[in-house]
Amino acid sequence: MPGLPSLRERGSRGEANMFIVNYIKDIYKGIRSLLVGMRRTGYYFTHHKEIITQEYPDNRDTLKMADRFKGEVVMPHDENNEHRCTGCTACELACPNGTIKVVTKFDITPEGKKKKAIDKLVYHLELCTMCNLCIIACPSDAIVMAQTFEHSVFDRAQLTKILNNPGSKIMEGVE
Amino acid sequence: MFRETEILQTASQVSSTGGDLEGAGDLVINVGPQHPATHGVLHLVITLNGETIKKVEPHLGYIHRSIEKMCESLTYRQFIYVTSRMDYLSAHMNNHACALCVEKGMQIEVPERAKVVRVIMDELTRIASHELWWGAMAMDVGAFTPFFHAFRERETINEIMEETCGARLTMNYYVPGGLMAELHPDFQKKVKSFITLFKSKIDEYDELVTGNIIFQNRMKGVGYLSAEDAVSFGCSGPTARGSGVSSDIRKLYPYAAYDQVQFDEVLENGCDSFARYMIRIREMKQSVRIIEQLIDNIPEGDFQAKTKAVLKLPKGEFYTRVETARGELGVYIVSEGGTTPYRIKFRSPGFSNLSALDQMARGSKLGDLVAMMGTLDLVIPDIDR
Amino acid sequence: MWSLSYIANALHDWLYQTFSPTLALIIEMVIAGIAVIGLFAVLGLVLVIMERRVAAWMQIRLGPNRVGPFGLLQSLADTLKLLVKEGMTPSGSDKFLFNLAPYIAMMVAMLLMAPIAFAKDFQLWDLNIGVLYVSAVSSIMVISILMAGWASNNKYSLMGAMRSGAQIVSYELSAGLSVLVVVVLTGSLKISDIIQSQADGWWIFKGHVPVLVAFVIFIIAVTAETNRAPFDLAEAESELTAGFHTEYSGMKFALFFLAEYINVFIVCSIGAILFLGGWMPFHIGHWEGFNRVMDYIPSSIWFFGKTFFLIFVIMWFRWTFPRLRIDQLLNLEWKYLLPISMINILLATAIAIAGWHF
Repeated sequence: MPGLPSLRERGSRGEANMFIVNYIKDIYKGIRSLLVGMRRTGYYFTHHKEIITQEYPDNRDTLKMADRFKGEVVMPHDENNEHRCTGCTACELACPNGTIKVVTKFDITPEGKKKKAIDKLVYHLELCTMCNLCIIACPSDAIVMAQTFEHSVFDRAQLTKILNNPGSKIMEGVE
Repeated sequence: MFRETEILQTASQVSSTGGDLEGAGDLVINVGPQHPATHGVLHLVITLNGETIKKVEPHLGYIHRSIEKMCESLTYRQFIYVTSRMDYLSAHMNNHACALCVEKGMQIEVPERAKVVRVIMDELTRIASHELWWGAMAMDVGAFTPFFHAFRERETINEIMEETCGARLTMNYYVPGGLMAELHPDFQKKVKSFITLFKSKIDEYDELVTGNIIFQNRMKGVGYLSAEDAVSFGCSGPTARGSGVSSDIRKLYPYAAYDQVQFDEVLENGCDSFARYMIRIREMKQSVRIIEQLIDNIPEGDFQAKTKAVLKLPKGEFYTRVETARGELGVYIVSEGGTTPYRIKFRSPGFSNLSALDQMARGSKLGDLVAMMGTLDLVIPDIDR
Repeated sequence: MWSLSYIANALHDWLYQTFSPTLALIIEMVIAGIAVIGLFAVLGLVLVIMERRVAAWMQIRLGPNRVGPFGLLQSLADTLKLLVKEGMTPSGSDKFLFNLAPYIAMMVAMLLMAPIAFAKDFQLWDLNIGVLYVSAVSSIMVISILMAGWASNNKYSLMGAMRSGAQIVSYELSAGLSVLVVVVLTGSLKISDIIQSQADGWWIFKGHVPVLVAFVIFIIAVTAETNRAPFDLAEAESELTAGFHTEYSGMKFALFFLAEYINVFIVCSIGAILFLGGWMPFHIGHWEGFNRVMDYIPSSIWFFGKTFFLIFVIMWFRWTFPRLRIDQLLNLEWKYLLPISMINILLATAIAIAGWHF
């Protein structure tokens, strides 16, 4: 509230009148501004269709995450249990946090040649910041981001995942 | 202007003066690191005389993660994502500054499409940041409802970000040379519907908070920061512009596509908390204006320039700056020619703005301090890095 | 007819026929005490859930909706949680005063229940200075807040308590003056007389402008007196974390919390009694038919309806307005409310003397 002028300031009668007018004007304006705010909250109080709350665990079935949402890194396998990872370690190099560790082995091809392939692609979800750098670094599109987001587990060790399925092998034609 | 560095005195020294010396009867309280008003873990040691503030002493370090040092061990592609964690409310702008610096060093020509998209993204982030600030600001002066109303509009922006960038807060969408991915097909439609929503709701902000007599009395005439002080403390962004100091990097040193759009640098001459408040409200409207100009005119073409697989900045020093929601963010890279920077220094806006708090707060009431901190729009990880 | 006063009278008669007068009186007192405590518990639960719902709807949220049907049992669950929580006493505190303070807050709220007429002829104690009693006893509240703030040995608590002291002492003046307007018009301090005087219309309608102004000032002043936002400087979450009850936890905190809501209920019921006719149904002059229809609605529903309407208004304030600063708070009282109430009471006195009210 603008303060009352001190006695010194209100000299003549005209100023005193002005003071009374301003005093009442202040009160009117102040109350009006408060009522405007109350009208706004009153509107929302009575209009429940404006409510924006999503009841999360209940709406799990209908909840649709954005298709680019960065939830966790996964390696898609096709129906023959084959993936596209060549074990080139581009993702491991691209990762800023050491989240990905590629363990390679040497397969013996039918022709008797040695061929480099992945044994395990270890992914530490607990270290991952979902920066997407591994995905864009991968030359053969072997890994993608999944849209899962409920990652909480009781044991930290469960967050260390091996992305390739057991017994999986590389798809034909991926170099 | 020279000021005594009594701010360096510790709280214990003040309280131990005792007796007849100045400072007797003062109350020294710790606001923070765990306090509802500090929006995080800022620690202020306040010397009070009754309700009147005699001194404010910010203590930093509670959320120091040595981001600058971390960046020095990462390659030029990798280090950008870390900067999202500094000023997490303007993550895009932080990334933008870093990307610009690397592009400057490598002399990469960014495609027009990427430039325009970057501007749109930056302005969306700016609106989202100011929305959150508005809600938190109202909460600081004791009104709880605006916080939720602000989040309604901010949520729309977050959804747009989630669709295109894949994340809501730490997007990491900018890479040296352009963007990480193409825009989502729905992007333009969603942004337009957001602008329609925002324009219909912005007047409610005035009804609920700006016009309110209690709020105006809490804001007007408190937290005075003169233009000279704003310059000498190195304030930037809305804090400086509230004191009438022209400091908009987008206008003064245009980057990306800011030289192609029409917008006004918002200036207020009130120098008080209310001026800083109005700056941000008006800036949101200017951001909408920028987005409206660009959203239908995104040029076709590549979203990313062709870059080498391994980026190696030439030996030398590089500095770029952008205007984040809080002010001027500078990125300074010293390169020795390797794959990782030799030294990185971030000039964060929050740190300089916070340094003016003591000057502003002296002589005002405790309740005003909280309001002033609100108008500075402090994001503690930005100050502390 | 099943009204509250009928039940009370039947009980009274039965007790006095069955037991000796002394014993009957003691039993009546025990029953009244249990009833007040029961009302406390129920009111606390109802008001907390109401506040949370009102807040949620104004903030475009759903509010509590998990515990029980429509979340109605949420506050019961909260109480249970507070009951089993450890009540900490800080080591540097004045332990006696620290533990005493919440009970004083509670005691004051209980004492204030005495003269309130919940329904027609249903009142614990219809003393002849009822209004004076209420304003006198409600001043004790500040002692418990000061006690809590000082005994906590916490700077935030102390500041909150000091703020609250200045605030409550100031706002009692204009609350008292606006109450006096109705007292002047009625000519009695007795609650039942004041309600009876509104049989042909509530004071807010028949008292011209002075009563209207007094009503507005009363609502503002009691909002401040009960430390509710926008005058919640004693708690001031964003400035003083929780103000005077920063150090309280568990049931001791719950008592403060409960006392706040009970105080809101009491000041609103006083407001309803003084300005809106208490349990008196809505009557318009000589419209006999209309008045008879209104009389069919039980008097307790009238009373609680009016009280809860005023409580809703106070909650509406809380979830709309920002908080005032301490100097602005005192400015508002001493430069605006107090001069206006003084002029107002002069006007009201003139009206009462001239008999201009209806």
